[in-house]
Amino acid sequence: MKKVWRYFALTMAVLVLSCSAYAEDISKDQMKGLDEQVQDIKGDVLGIAAQLTQLEEKLLYPSDTQVAVFVSLVEGEQFRLDGVSLELGGKSVANHLYSFKELEALQKGGVQRIYTGNVTTGDHDLQVTLIGKSESGAGLLRTETFTFNKSVGPKIVEIILAENSLGFRDW
Amino acid sequence: MIRFLVSLTILLFASSALADGSSVTPPPKEAPITSVPKELKDLFYGESLYHAFQGDWFEAIARLDTELWQYHGLDEPQRDSLFRHIDQAEFAVGDFELAYRMHQRAGRAITAVIEGNVEQPVRNTAIYRLARLYFRKDQPVRALHTVERIEGAVPEGLREDLDFLRAQILMANGRFKGAVSTLRELLESGSCQGFSGYNLGIALMRDGQEREGRLHLDRNGQIPCEDSAALAIRDKSNLVLGEKLLEEAAYDGARQILDRVRLGGPFSNRALLGSGWADAYQGRFERALVPWSILADREITDSAVQEALLAVPYAYAKLGVYSKAAVLYGRALEAFGSEVAKLDASIGSIREGKFLKALVREELKQDANWVVKLRQLPETPETYYLLDLMASHDFQESLKNYLDLEALRKKLEIWEGDLDAFEELIRLRRAYYEPLLPEIDRQFRRLDSQMRLRLEQRDHIEKRLHAMLTAPRPDYLATAEERILKQQVARIEPALPAGEDLPEELEARIGRLLGVLTFNIRTDYDRRLTEAFHHMDELNRLIEALRKQYAAYVRVRQAATQSYKGYDETIRRQRGRIAEAREMVATLMARQGHILEVMAENELTSRRDRLAEYQIKARFALADSYDRATRAQGLKKVNQ
Repeated sequence: MKKVWRYFALTMAVLVLSCSAYAEDISKDQMKGLDEQVQDIKGDVLGIAAQLTQLEEKLLYPSDTQVAVFVSLVEGEQFRLDGVSLELGGKSVANHLYSFKELEALQKGGVQRIYTGNVTTGDHDLQVTLIGKSESGAGLLRTETFTFNKSVGPKIVEIILAENSLGFRDW
Repeated sequence: MIRFLVSLTILLFASSALADGSSVTPPPKEAPITSVPKELKDLFYGESLYHAFQGDWFEAIARLDTELWQYHGLDEPQRDSLFRHIDQAEFAVGDFELAYRMHQRAGRAITAVIEGNVEQPVRNTAIYRLARLYFRKDQPVRALHTVERIEGAVPEGLREDLDFLRAQILMANGRFKGAVSTLRELLESGSCQGFSGYNLGIALMRDGQEREGRLHLDRNGQIPCEDSAALAIRDKSNLVLGEKLLEEAAYDGARQILDRVRLGGPFSNRALLGSGWADAYQGRFERALVPWSILADREITDSAVQEALLAVPYAYAKLGVYSKAAVLYGRALEAFGSEVAKLDASIGSIREGKFLKALVREELKQDANWVVKLRQLPETPETYYLLDLMASHDFQESLKNYLDLEALRKKLEIWEGDLDAFEELIRLRRAYYEPLLPEIDRQFRRLDSQMRLRLEQRDHIEKRLHAMLTAPRPDYLATAEERILKQQVARIEPALPAGEDLPEELEARIGRLLGVLTFNIRTDYDRRLTEAFHHMDELNRLIEALRKQYAAYVRVRQAATQSYKGYDETIRRQRGRIAEAREMVATLMARQGHILEVMAENELTSRRDRLAEYQIKARFALADSYDRATRAQGLKKVNQ
């Protein structure tokens, strides 16, 4: 009986260690082939995405009228950003609430495109409102208005957020 | 805790270290190697990084691909803002593709960086990535050839990772001596603590240096640490060494080592089971009951727990407590019966396609703990037994492929809807512009000819003015009044009857009048010329404004046409590509889904078969215990 149990225990250990009972039905080659096909279709879909982006840009945001607003954080900022809202020419155009992952991506130096739209040539007022919490835990509500000039060609502006200020960069 | 268990199981389960000599890797870094440049010069590159830092690889690659495509299409790329980051961007796209598990494309991208004209640290980083890629793809020989190409400076932050990878590759190629030497250095420098020690132990044992290998595993099983991954690898060291000793019938040593495994750790079930057997093999059943009884109260889907359900009554029977053993065998039978029923239901559920539906549940994907959540859903019983399977590399890869395909399916579906919306937009624009544009064009042509005429006039005047700077022509600057006066005077003489001369007095008056006029025009010439240039400047400003307005109109007019013309072919082509891709995705999803279902069903069937065996054993043991208990009772009565 003891021998039986020992055999039983060792068998169990091997079974637990290997846990690949399915291998008899699905070959590695099958899986590899399928994986390669999945990679191929990913490449195809990425290609479609690129074409669609171009089409969308041409159709919805022609370069003559296009304006894009980006948001970034000053390096080292640790305040909690809850949301940003934008008013362009007095009209609300974007409101974004940040998830933890998005905030972390900004803190690492990523830049978020918060708004893409169309404006006429000339001067435009962009009002930016930041909502969040300071490192000390106090509520933050900051609003600033910036003016940019739209000429022929796409316009790119960057809002640079910090706990104590809202910066603006005209690209 | 359970989440931690899952992640560590994923990390450690795949390596049956002693069986195949494979190494273990520290927890994978989810973040890409690519980081933000010190001074970001290209916002679109920054945007791509923003998506990458969130693990949204598809968006990150799509955006960076577009940026790179535009960059390479430029006549003067050095004037583009991406120029300052181009090496990083080329590398990043491979990095992201690797994270998105597009190994083939990533390999090509990274190879391009390696063969390109890049600095040594960038090149070495790329080689490291490529070697890691081959290693992960189970191509150890290629990984070894790749990693051997590294020479010169390696970025500081990469050195330890590179050495660790090199050791793993050497182990995978059976070159344990080399691995031992690298791992020793890592261990001495205190890097990858726990993981280096564990791998060194395994490498030494595989190299035939059994004693020293065990010594390292033993040391590794006692290292003081608080980090969860290090604690888990410490447990793993103890488990591997303990099981090895158990196999060799070194029971005391085995129990001592297995007892070091934390009770709350991911390996505690197997350690408790082994510890119990270490005592049981020596006939110390009372002591064996301690770990086994703890284990028997745990989650029943674990195979070690199921074994403990049999081991506990077995120990009681050995201790002569047959009635207790019979009761516990009865309970085990009941539990196995219920689990077999659950497994049967789970297999049925998989066959009905519920497993795949559960895997793609959106709310689960929001939670990093989703594998565990999935187990807790009452409507997905098939997942109860799949934790181990889900932790296996092949299942994980297949599952990720399936989820990626599902994400692609959704994207393609949305894009098809987008194309419908684009077509609708184009139709509305056409309906708005087409009736308006002919009349607008007609008016524009009229204004355009007027404008051209005025511009010619302006050019003529400017030419004249400039000529007057070198050859003064006061008469050109006579006022309208002076011109009329001159004309009136000139008309007097022809008004006289033919052959009649002007009276002297009148001639003198006309002469005076003309003299005054000429005097005024000539003496006022400089002032008038200056004024004329001022007027010319004013006119130029107006003309400039006019030209801007003209150009703006032309742009708007072109934009009006471009807003609805020339898209039909593009949209038709895209629609075709999307339809093809959808079909392909559906086919691949079906195949990948089938593989997942087969894996799951095989796993469940194997667990059910094992339980069925346990049931047989339990029945025999129950009958045996019952007999013995009855006999014991009979003997007791006889003795009384």
